[in-house]
Amino acid sequence: MQHKIDVEKLGPQGEIMAHAIEACVHCGFCLPACPTYQVLGEEMDSPRGRIFLMKEVLEGNLSMEEAQPYLDKCLGCQGCVTACPSGVPYGELITTYRGWSEPQRHRSPFQKLFRMGLQETLPYPSRFRAAAALGRLGKPIKPLLPPLLQAPLELLPDQLPKHQPLPELVPAEGERRARVAFLAGCAQQVLQPNFNHATLRVLARNGVEVVIPKGQGCCGALAMHTGERARALHFARTNLSAFAGEYDAILTNAAGCGSGLKEYPLLFHGEPEQAQAHQLAAKVKDVSVFLVELGLKAVPPLERPLKVAYHDACHLAHAQQVRAEPRRLLRSIPGLELVEIPEGELCCGSAGTYNLEQPEIATALGERKARNILATGAELVVTGNIGCFTQIQSHLRRLGREIPVLHTLELLDRAYAQSPILPNR
Amino acid sequence: MMLLDELGQFFPPGRLLHRPGELAPYESDALTAFRARPLAVVLPESHEEVVAAVRWCARHRIPYVARGSGTSLSGGSLPIDGGLLIGLNRMNKLLRLDPQERIAVVEPGFINLQVSNAAAPHGLYYAPDPSSQPVSTIGGNLAFNSGGAHCLKYGMTSNHVLAARVVLPDGETVVLGGESLENTGPDWLGLFVGSEGLLGIATEITLRLLPKPETYHTVLAAYDSLEKAGDAVAAVVASGLLPGAMEIMDSLAIEAAEAAVKAGYPREARALLIVELEGETPQVEAEARYLDEVIRRSGAYEVRVAQSAEERLKIWKGRKAAFSAVGRLSPDYIVQDGVVPRSRLGQALAEIERLSARYGLRVANVFHAGDGNLHPLILYNGRVAGEFERAEELAGEILRLCVALGGSITGEHGVGMEKKAYMPEMFSEADLAAMRRIRLALDPLELSNRGKMFPGGEAPALHQAGPHPLERAGVISRE
Ligand SMILES: Cc1cc2nc3c(=O)[nH]c(=O)nc-3n(C[C@H](O)[C@H](O)[C@H](O)COP(=O)(O)OP(=O)(O)OC[C@H]3O[C@@H](n4cnc5c(N)ncnc54)[C@H](O)[C@@H]3O)c2cc1C
Ligand code: SF4
Ligand code: SF4
Repeated sequence: MQHKIDVEKLGPQGEIMAHAIEACVHCGFCLPACPTYQVLGEEMDSPRGRIFLMKEVLEGNLSMEEAQPYLDKCLGCQGCVTACPSGVPYGELITTYRGWSEPQRHRSPFQKLFRMGLQETLPYPSRFRAAAALGRLGKPIKPLLPPLLQAPLELLPDQLPKHQPLPELVPAEGERRARVAFLAGCAQQVLQPNFNHATLRVLARNGVEVVIPKGQGCCGALAMHTGERARALHFARTNLSAFAGEYDAILTNAAGCGSGLKEYPLLFHGEPEQAQAHQLAAKVKDVSVFLVELGLKAVPPLERPLKVAYHDACHLAHAQQVRAEPRRLLRSIPGLELVEIPEGELCCGSAGTYNLEQPEIATALGERKARNILATGAELVVTGNIGCFTQIQSHLRRLGREIPVLHTLELLDRAYAQSPILPNR
Repeated sequence: MMLLDELGQFFPPGRLLHRPGELAPYESDALTAFRARPLAVVLPESHEEVVAAVRWCARHRIPYVARGSGTSLSGGSLPIDGGLLIGLNRMNKLLRLDPQERIAVVEPGFINLQVSNAAAPHGLYYAPDPSSQPVSTIGGNLAFNSGGAHCLKYGMTSNHVLAARVVLPDGETVVLGGESLENTGPDWLGLFVGSEGLLGIATEITLRLLPKPETYHTVLAAYDSLEKAGDAVAAVVASGLLPGAMEIMDSLAIEAAEAAVKAGYPREARALLIVELEGETPQVEAEARYLDEVIRRSGAYEVRVAQSAEERLKIWKGRKAAFSAVGRLSPDYIVQDGVVPRSRLGQALAEIERLSARYGLRVANVFHAGDGNLHPLILYNGRVAGEFERAEELAGEILRLCVALGGSITGEHGVGMEKKAYMPEMFSEADLAAMRRIRLALDPLELSNRGKMFPGGEAPALHQAGPHPLERAGVISRE
């Protein structure tokens, strides 16, 4: 699409946005892939419409406020990127646009406080743990709170798991086949500490030595995707130095963090650390990809056949184009039958803090996902992202048809240990 | 605003859009060279709401345009400045599927591919398969009589629609056609299909479903020249075979498709021919031997036969993504759509290559070779002064070439805004006058999709030199 964006005025960020807009040919192939378009059926809430709106704002034909409600509803799931034949890097466009528009944006003091609250807690496990404990106390008075505050409470578990600190190094079992660094993630450390412990056990069993570098922090994806560019840069700089060592790979087991790290080159575009950011991003791998490439050690057969549905996290399937590897891992467990979820490429509505900021659409999508999962008849759902995990669990529960949800690596861990996969019945 | 308040009695705020941020995304269809901002957009959820919107237009003499997924490549769903846009995307339900009768009844915003998906459990499918089938709506398909690769054997949309409930421009409702193939009286439905939204809005459509072919035999043949591939098509036709589909892509299209979906095409080929046989197994097997022989003699330097359903899908995926994928090669392009007799395909392609060289613009070719339906994509960079105009001119020359070779100015993308000016090259004055009389009989005020299809009138052609009169008046703008 042609545009009249003044790239020079906007600088390096402008280049990124103009490039994406140019590649869009307005063909509409992305419409069916877009969850918000599926729910709302209107052009403003489609990828094509959003690209057009951003173009209009950047050209100065439309005020930022006019476009904002529709851009805010974008989940950043990048389903449109997978669907687009023309190769429009929509993810880069929306992230950069948010970074550009947020500082100029007017928000009410309450909104500001709410956003600040999220940005100041979620990325810090200890603060989040404290806030979550406090939140639990808030549950009984939930109906009295403003809607914006009700949503986060909804997602908190009744009981927080016990804090299980991570070691700095996990040695390989047997012959060492690789040495990697591991990003521990933020919210998942608090909500599901077992994700990390299970991952570390599986890696060790496969002869991988894992370093969990001290001084690492949040990957910054949360800040970056909500337009808090300065904050994101701050987190990212910390990680650039924490992960500077010599490793065969830098691993994550959270889809969102993996794609966050891979976006460092975008974040640092035009910054002095650009080269470093590229180096780091090139080494980042989802743990599933790494294990498949390494060659997974044989897994003992399950006690009894098990029907498992794998849920594609958007930040794995769309943002990192990782679909085959987690499935390969699961298929290597003898006795496991893998089933596909209908509309599998559609986002579950979790998407970072989206379910906190746009609860209505998030709920519609969450319920749709839960129903699709149930339609498979699977006994268990597996996914590779904490956000999806929480969202799916909570919507299965709401439908009153709860089946267990596990991280891919948790299932592998249990299979290796030959411990029961499902709770005893 | 008084006007809109009245419309507001029928449509709640979320479904009556009028703010600039709400309207901007509706300004163009897939032909972004045209833009116009409507007065408002309504999103009806029922037949009655469509009637209410159309009646409101009739009462206030406000022109309106129906819109499906806005994938029209000819400006068909371009709004009218100051008019109403009726977005049918929320009327997207499957109303009935009857596997015994082999019919599906859908709302107009139902997506083409979803019909086949819904019918699949019963071993049925919906045959017309425009490349835009994952996106385009049945309403839009009907209005443009859309076709696709497999229309060679089974015909276009018009051959697969049994009935339509239509809101006429005065707000009256009629049902055209019926559930059986035999109807008495004139073929009113036939008149409606392909009328580009000028005769009314379809709100309920009954489609014919076909049993899924038992077997496919999909051949991919690579050639070192476009002309050879074109001649191969003529040879297949002359052999008496009737494949389900016959498609050609040239090297630029191959490059784009490969970049988009990694279909595994031979990259160095100057042209690829896809031929697909389909039907019952014994017949397909017998025909396949014959086809392979014809292809071998056609001078292909590499021939592949899909060995599995996955391989077949991969071959098609590349072809179907090719249009949009060309966006990877060039920021702007015009998709042309013309038809030549199949026997003259080779000649037409050679001529297009010469034109491309003369204008200094790259032309990618992806097309339904089986029915001689060409889709040259003319690549240009709109930021280079004068390139858009040159591309337009080249597009015009290609159309004239089609007419001169005994073909037509559109195969399936419609006339819309883009080709109005070429109508007189194809039809005599008397033909056009007759068409206009039919239009005026149903829509004396020309409210429904005003300014499209007929040459002249309110919105003359885009291709003429200098700014468009509507552009000068500030009514439309091109990017
Ligand atoms: C990448 C790409 C590939 C394409 N490939 C093909 C192809 O292979 N074959 C082909 O035929 N076309 C193709 N097209 C063109 C386009 O997809 C078709 O014309 C399609 O039928 C348009 O459907 P739509 O839902 O997008 O309709 P729109 O573009 O929204 O509307 C098209 C026309 O239909 C009218 N209309 C819409 N709904 C109704 C209704 N309910 N009642 C009356 N009128 C209505 C509109 O007013 C407009 O004039 C392609 C387009 C793109 C972008
Ligand atoms: S599919 Fe890609 S090129 Fe087509 S409208 Fe969507 S983003 Fe633009
Ligand atoms: S990122 Fe997801 S929600 Fe946003 S436009 Fe793309 S598909 Fe839609």
